[in-house]
Amino acid sequence: MKLTANGTEKEIDVEPDMPLLWVLRDELGLTGTKYGCGIAQCGACTVLVDGQAVRSCQVVAADVDGAEITTIEGLGTPSALHAVQAAWIEHQVAQCGYCQSGQIMAAAAFLDITPNPTDQDIDLAMSANLCRCGTYPRIRAAIHTAAAKLREA
Amino acid sequence: MSRIGKIARRTFLIGSAAVVGGVAFGVYAVRTPHSNPLKEDLAKGAATFNPWVLIDAEKITLITPHADIGQGVVSSQAALIAEELDLELDQFEVSFGKPSSAYYNGAFAEEGAPFMATDQSISAEAVRSVLGGVLKLVAMQGTGGSTTIPDTFVKLRAAGASARETLKLAAAQKFDVPIGQLKTKAGKVILPDGREIAYTELAEIASALDPVQNVPLRDPSQWRLIGKNMQRIDVVGKSTGTLNFGIDVNIPGMLHAAICVNPRQGGKMVSFDAKDVSNMRGVKKIVEVTNGVAVIADNSWRAMRAVEAVDCVWGPAPYPAEQIDHWETLTRSFNADVLDATWRDDGDAAAALAKGTVINTEYRSPYVAHAPLEPLNATVLVTDDQIEVWTGHQFQTMLTDQVAAVTGHRSDQVVFYNQYSGGSFGHRLEFDFVKQAVEIANQMRGIPIKLTYSREEDFAHDFPRHIAMGRAKGTVSNGQVNTIDLEIAAPSVLASQGSRSGLAFPGPDMQLANGAWNNPYAIPNYRVRAYRAPELAPSSSWRSVGAPAGGFFFDTALDELIHAAGADPLMERIRLTRHKVSRQVLEAVGDMSNWGAPLAKGSGKGVAFVESFGVPAAEVVQVSVVDGAIRLDHVWVACDVGTVVDPVNFENLVQGGVVFGLGHAINCEITYADGMAEQSNYHAHEGMRLYQCPPIEVRGLENGNKIRGIGEPTVPPAAPALGNAIFAATGKRLREMPFNKFIDFV
Repeated sequence: MKLTANGTEKEIDVEPDMPLLWVLRDELGLTGTKYGCGIAQCGACTVLVDGQAVRSCQVVAADVDGAEITTIEGLGTPSALHAVQAAWIEHQVAQCGYCQSGQIMAAAAFLDITPNPTDQDIDLAMSANLCRCGTYPRIRAAIHTAAAKLREA
Repeated sequence: MSRIGKIARRTFLIGSAAVVGGVAFGVYAVRTPHSNPLKEDLAKGAATFNPWVLIDAEKITLITPHADIGQGVVSSQAALIAEELDLELDQFEVSFGKPSSAYYNGAFAEEGAPFMATDQSISAEAVRSVLGGVLKLVAMQGTGGSTTIPDTFVKLRAAGASARETLKLAAAQKFDVPIGQLKTKAGKVILPDGREIAYTELAEIASALDPVQNVPLRDPSQWRLIGKNMQRIDVVGKSTGTLNFGIDVNIPGMLHAAICVNPRQGGKMVSFDAKDVSNMRGVKKIVEVTNGVAVIADNSWRAMRAVEAVDCVWGPAPYPAEQIDHWETLTRSFNADVLDATWRDDGDAAAALAKGTVINTEYRSPYVAHAPLEPLNATVLVTDDQIEVWTGHQFQTMLTDQVAAVTGHRSDQVVFYNQYSGGSFGHRLEFDFVKQAVEIANQMRGIPIKLTYSREEDFAHDFPRHIAMGRAKGTVSNGQVNTIDLEIAAPSVLASQGSRSGLAFPGPDMQLANGAWNNPYAIPNYRVRAYRAPELAPSSSWRSVGAPAGGFFFDTALDELIHAAGADPLMERIRLTRHKVSRQVLEAVGDMSNWGAPLAKGSGKGVAFVESFGVPAAEVVQVSVVDGAIRLDHVWVACDVGTVVDPVNFENLVQGGVVFGLGHAINCEITYADGMAEQSNYHAHEGMRLYQCPPIEVRGLENGNKIRGIGEPTVPPAAPALGNAIFAATGKRLREMPFNKFIDFV
């Protein structure tokens, strides 16, 4: 089957029920997407499928045949940061950083549809992404900063 | 390692009073420096001045040997070197280096000596000094106990200063100018005529020089980096998915392994049946490991799916199978036969209590999992004459011994490449997951094997925080607290860890009563006794170790006594505190939280204070009752680490400690049924989520005269501050964690 990952078309030969998470990590080498729980409880594996944020541990390969996938590596790069990544760096959100790929992908998708979020909007959108280090106060602040930057753009 | 080092190592001295043996080792051995591991494979023309600085014609590499488990110590270690070496934070590469006695952690002495941190008497300091010498001989490299900053604050600046002066000496020779006329800035030596010579250009000459020693350190007024907000070196990588964690290691030719070990921790595997597994797609081999089985496949998911299909018959647990029996064991342990230590005995508690007690309370602290978000993993390549290991680990030198013992290789044949860790909270002090990866790779010699735990396997083998129970009595008079008498019964977490690492911890276990006995209160009768219950489920140090239980029991009991006395919770704590730095912390949190200001009906504020790891930490939590459930409105934190190295990272770690303390107090426990942990994933052991997280205001004070670490000390006060706030708002007193068993949260 075929899928497009970060703009590049890829041919993959995997079982139809293999989760997208493991297709990305082990078959395509896109390890920025993280395995945390495997049951949609932590959000570390969040990626965009055709622009929608999904838990890649819950999406199987058969579901993404022909789809366009964006992972953290495709959202922006160290030399060309997405506004959400720039805000994450400005606020120094990360501690261990393991959840942050998923947090950033969830935030980017959320700001696409909610450009001017309240704290309550952020609470609703982001509470399915677990951070064991407790960086939540900075995640909130960084989302507001990114939202302001995206509105200017 | 020296013979004396081996002797000292066998009887590890942390947590015991047996340190006086250290003087026998003599001054000479203690003063002799460890050799520099960077010299072992130094390229021609490359200069190393000490174990932390390596410069060649191409680049500058700083070795940051303490493990980075999220606390940001790669950055802070590098910044300490860069401060004196006159480097900008983007002018060098960093490496964890390889395990070496040169990187021994001398700051374990502060935490290991059985004195209150506030006790800086000659005898306490003398024992710490001797223990520090012993630790150098033991030469254990390790990261934990919030010791990285205390361990490195002087020695890494000294390493930077020595390298700087040696580079200046090289420039003085090359350009024939007096060294006194040279300056350094941003990775360059500046000549009197203004020419700028990059350090890398001076590496070859410097490599032939003896490093300049005993360079005076700069006065704090001259610091460029320390005390100012820094951008963490790892923050761009962690925000772009480009930083590799241990789980992301990819070695050419690598295969993937998944494991299933008896979920009754330490129980045997009776038999297994893998007949349907070997023909599953991608499966390469099925191997037996200690107490379990592993499947090797061509990707992680195929290995995990295959190992799930193995039918295993498990033996019984070597501890009580049902949770109720764990608590019963503690209930029976409050007796003189198993008194581990009377840690504090000010005044005469027994006499005071002869006239009665105003409280007679019991407290419980459950098993709690570490559950770092990156599931445990290790990548191992075994060949006949070498073992290479890629993983994130906090006990670097011990790991090489543990790995070698699995296969019969020698320790010096083990090459360990430490990795960034997606959290630890103490779990990466354990060795089982690495030893299992070695067992598997040893059956696949020549092929690199990455073992990745499933989340369920990670929970089943978490070695949780130990359970503990407390009982308190006390007296009050004239509106003041007169007596507090706290007894704690718990299994020894150090003994449990030691049973797996091979370390012996003689003497009483200081962690049994940590956070309870060591608070700087001048309560007229203040007694804390710890009883050592038999070992139950295997447990391991969990962020702040004994202090979350001891601090919760003590501070909650104190709060109950203060209410019984009719005093103000903050003012009475301040009145009782005779240690100035701690009093300033309490006063600061009162000021920040506007303590005493009127609150709406249904709202309440609680304060708690716990000293741990030498850091006095006070927190005020404000809650409100909303539709019958508790909502966290706000948290204020003040704590004192002597010197704040990086204010922005400091604030992040303080907030993280509060979230960790609150989240687990609200909704986390591990319970055992049929010998197995009942909680298998985050749905059943959640911690705090974003919507529950209130604003957390932080003030770092710098009045203390010793520098301290901040990874752990803000965890212990969080639970009692929340419980005290809930009492203030509702009148309901919570004496057992997790609180959501007794009250609803928004």
